[in-house]
Amino acid sequence: MISFHLNGKETRVDADPGTPLLWVLRDHLQLTGTKYGCGIAQCGACTVHLDGRAIRSCVTPLSVASGKRVDTIEGLSGSELGRRVQAAWREVDVPQCGYCQSGQIMAAAALLHEYPHPTDAQITDAMDGILCRCGTYNRIRSAIKLASGGGK
Amino acid sequence: MNMTRRKFLKDTAALVGGLVIGFHLPARGRAYAAGMEAAYPPDAFIHIAPDDQITIVVNKSEMGQGVYTSLPMLINEELEADWDRISVVSAPVAAVYNHTHMPMQLTGGSSSVSSSWDQMRQVGAAARVLLIRAAAEKWGIPEKECHVENGQVIHAKSGRKAGYGSLAEAASKLPLPGKVELKQPADFKLIGKATRRLDTPAKTDGSAVFGLDVYLPGMLTVLIARSPVFGGKVKRYNADEARRQRGVHGIYQVPTGIAVAADGFWTAKTARDLLQIEWDEGEGARLSTPEMFAEYLELAKKPGLIARHDGDAVQGLKAAHKTVSAEYEVPYLAHAAMEPLNVVVDLKPGHCSIWTGTQAQTMDRAAAARVAGLKPEQVEIHTTFLGGGFGRRANPRSDFVTEAVQVAVAVGKPVKVVWTREDDMQGGNYRPMWADHIEAGIDGDGKPVAWKHTIVGQSIVEGTPFSAFMVHAGIDATSVEGAATIPYLIPNIEVGLHSPKNEVPVQWWRSVGHSHTAFVVETMMDELARLAGRDPVAYRLDFLPADSRYRGVLKLASEKSGWGKLPAGHAHGIAVHQSFDSYVAHVAEVSLEDGRIRVHRVVSAVDCGMVVNPDGVRQQIESAIVYGLSAALHGEITLDKGRVVQSNFNDYPPLRFSEMPKVDVHIVESGMPPSGIGEPGTPPIAPAVANAVFALTGKRLRRMPFGQESLA
Repeated sequence: MISFHLNGKETRVDADPGTPLLWVLRDHLQLTGTKYGCGIAQCGACTVHLDGRAIRSCVTPLSVASGKRVDTIEGLSGSELGRRVQAAWREVDVPQCGYCQSGQIMAAAALLHEYPHPTDAQITDAMDGILCRCGTYNRIRSAIKLASGGGK
Repeated sequence: MNMTRRKFLKDTAALVGGLVIGFHLPARGRAYAAGMEAAYPPDAFIHIAPDDQITIVVNKSEMGQGVYTSLPMLINEELEADWDRISVVSAPVAAVYNHTHMPMQLTGGSSSVSSSWDQMRQVGAAARVLLIRAAAEKWGIPEKECHVENGQVIHAKSGRKAGYGSLAEAASKLPLPGKVELKQPADFKLIGKATRRLDTPAKTDGSAVFGLDVYLPGMLTVLIARSPVFGGKVKRYNADEARRQRGVHGIYQVPTGIAVAADGFWTAKTARDLLQIEWDEGEGARLSTPEMFAEYLELAKKPGLIARHDGDAVQGLKAAHKTVSAEYEVPYLAHAAMEPLNVVVDLKPGHCSIWTGTQAQTMDRAAAARVAGLKPEQVEIHTTFLGGGFGRRANPRSDFVTEAVQVAVAVGKPVKVVWTREDDMQGGNYRPMWADHIEAGIDGDGKPVAWKHTIVGQSIVEGTPFSAFMVHAGIDATSVEGAATIPYLIPNIEVGLHSPKNEVPVQWWRSVGHSHTAFVVETMMDELARLAGRDPVAYRLDFLPADSRYRGVLKLASEKSGWGKLPAGHAHGIAVHQSFDSYVAHVAEVSLEDGRIRVHRVVSAVDCGMVVNPDGVRQQIESAIVYGLSAALHGEITLDKGRVVQSNFNDYPPLRFSEMPKVDVHIVESGMPPSGIGEPGTPPIAPAVANAVFALTGKRLRRMPFGQESLA
């Protein structure tokens, strides 16, 4: 049994400690908002927060999460910042297919937590690891600026 | 089972139960007889609940293109319900949900809005007529004294109002009206207004259900070890170690390889890695990309089947003042949608339920029925959101659904077949690789006088159910689209085609044949302009027909881009192309950074007829540019002795955030009927960039992707 704080709740999982956190979230806990895209930390669709930092859950073993705080897209609206990011995403109408957007939003929320008013370079740096095949990058930048209070 | 999935199942189940309002629309003039399956009751597009909640059943797959918003907009333009109370569910498979141009349910060819334009407005109008009739009968007044507004029927004279929900039951019992006169464009309230997508909220809180998110009780996750060479077969295998892994349910040989069924993805993947398989690789093992291109280019020098023949291109070339001759190579491309392929199958005696993100429900259902030994109507397909489609999820051989049902038959429990990213990337069904040879010439005044273009590449359509109407006299229309339809006024044109065959399965990839022909045609046209010493925009305009819609987008894009006015070290390139009846011109601004191409900005002009959702059009152009740029700069699937070299996003890199150009989209005002928008933005981006690189460096790029060549 490995336990961690998932979206504010104490959670215990009976799984091999080497199982990537992504598959624990999806297959064991059926929190399906976190997506599988590549399995090798190339696309960022699986991005969640571990103790507030954006990490790639597809290459993070469950054992690493033991005793830590894990936040996923399903818990994001629990914080004012999370709601602000989601509202900006809706205002700008960012998603197309939407598959990568949980990862995009989680990466953006972690960025804004660290830098409430990020520069363009900081936005690029934080978001470069999250792929989108539909090409929503420019709208993501607009939404991050909107969420930071900078207007679109 | 989580909340969202329960809701999804409930919504889908509701479609099979009673409907509040059902409309059956007669087929629009097309022959539906051959291959037509029996219509299912009930057939419907609009459900109105007593609490005024409206559910619209969309018969197209939402893969990012915004169809869950654009089709409801068409309906609601006439229905005039409260837009904020509209939600969407995906249609089950039934004849009433067929594409209006084809006897099947299919999302593709950038045709969803154009083919539903009249149909969906008629659906909405018929509902409105019935709701008004129900109110008028209830109130004992003439219908013509009533009007509708925001989900209510209103009798202004008496001040009476009734919400649609309170009228729906009575309306559903009335006979259907005949053809209803539709609004004139000048009276549109919703069509043409930038409208937020209805699917955005679910795509920002993790609740949107994609195929991979479907979990059934007792379901096993299955990964398949497939042949590393296309067409290969299992010779022998040893699964002892894999079978011993905790959580592994069983190992099964299926037609495509060895299937590992386990309690979750990670167990299945770990066990699959332990399989020992000896493959009979077959003929496909002879294929290596450099040799294939060499063969293709040899073939390109020989006459092929003639797809276009104006004048005499051979004589025209002999008589020309100056000529150019060039060879082009473009590679196989994987679609690489963000959501890898996956299918959930629950096979029970006499019934099969499938959950997947598919673009081709009718074909997939027929394929599933064949494998399961059922009738098509015993197979239900639940279309989830698609985490990208780009054509891959409309497989004319129903490859991923066929295989998943084969697995379900073998395993005997509900299964979710998941493709890893590597499986998806190496699984074939690629955009074909192409080689082209062009000779073209100008006369003493610079006028283009001869154009001889030979194309070499596999047919996508041949051997599929589409060949009957898309292959004529051996020519697959998708192989030559954009080339045989070259719009320039050139007196001598010959376009030829060779369609060699090999083991690599090929498929439509966003914009299909145009994805390669626009690159070849528009870079060569640019070359002729330079050969003539002319400006590429003015030159194109000189040789486009006077009434051509190409002209409008070409002028608008060049004007809005500030064509040619750039700081030192930057250059503009332009390209224009028509596909799916829409016209797009892009002006790309590029520079070189450490010898590598940097695209700073793309100014785009689009003429797609009347626009339903302008923000949707902008989204699709932004998207099509990124998709095309990923291919132009980085995308390449190559073979080494039959094995696909690339495997994941590390060696097949899509465009990243830091590479994203600014994009300005300008829409040409048009009263023409709506035409495609999902794909037409892709073809002209590669040639626009290549032409800009020429303007900057004097070097012609004739091989995609461009990122491979050092331009320093």
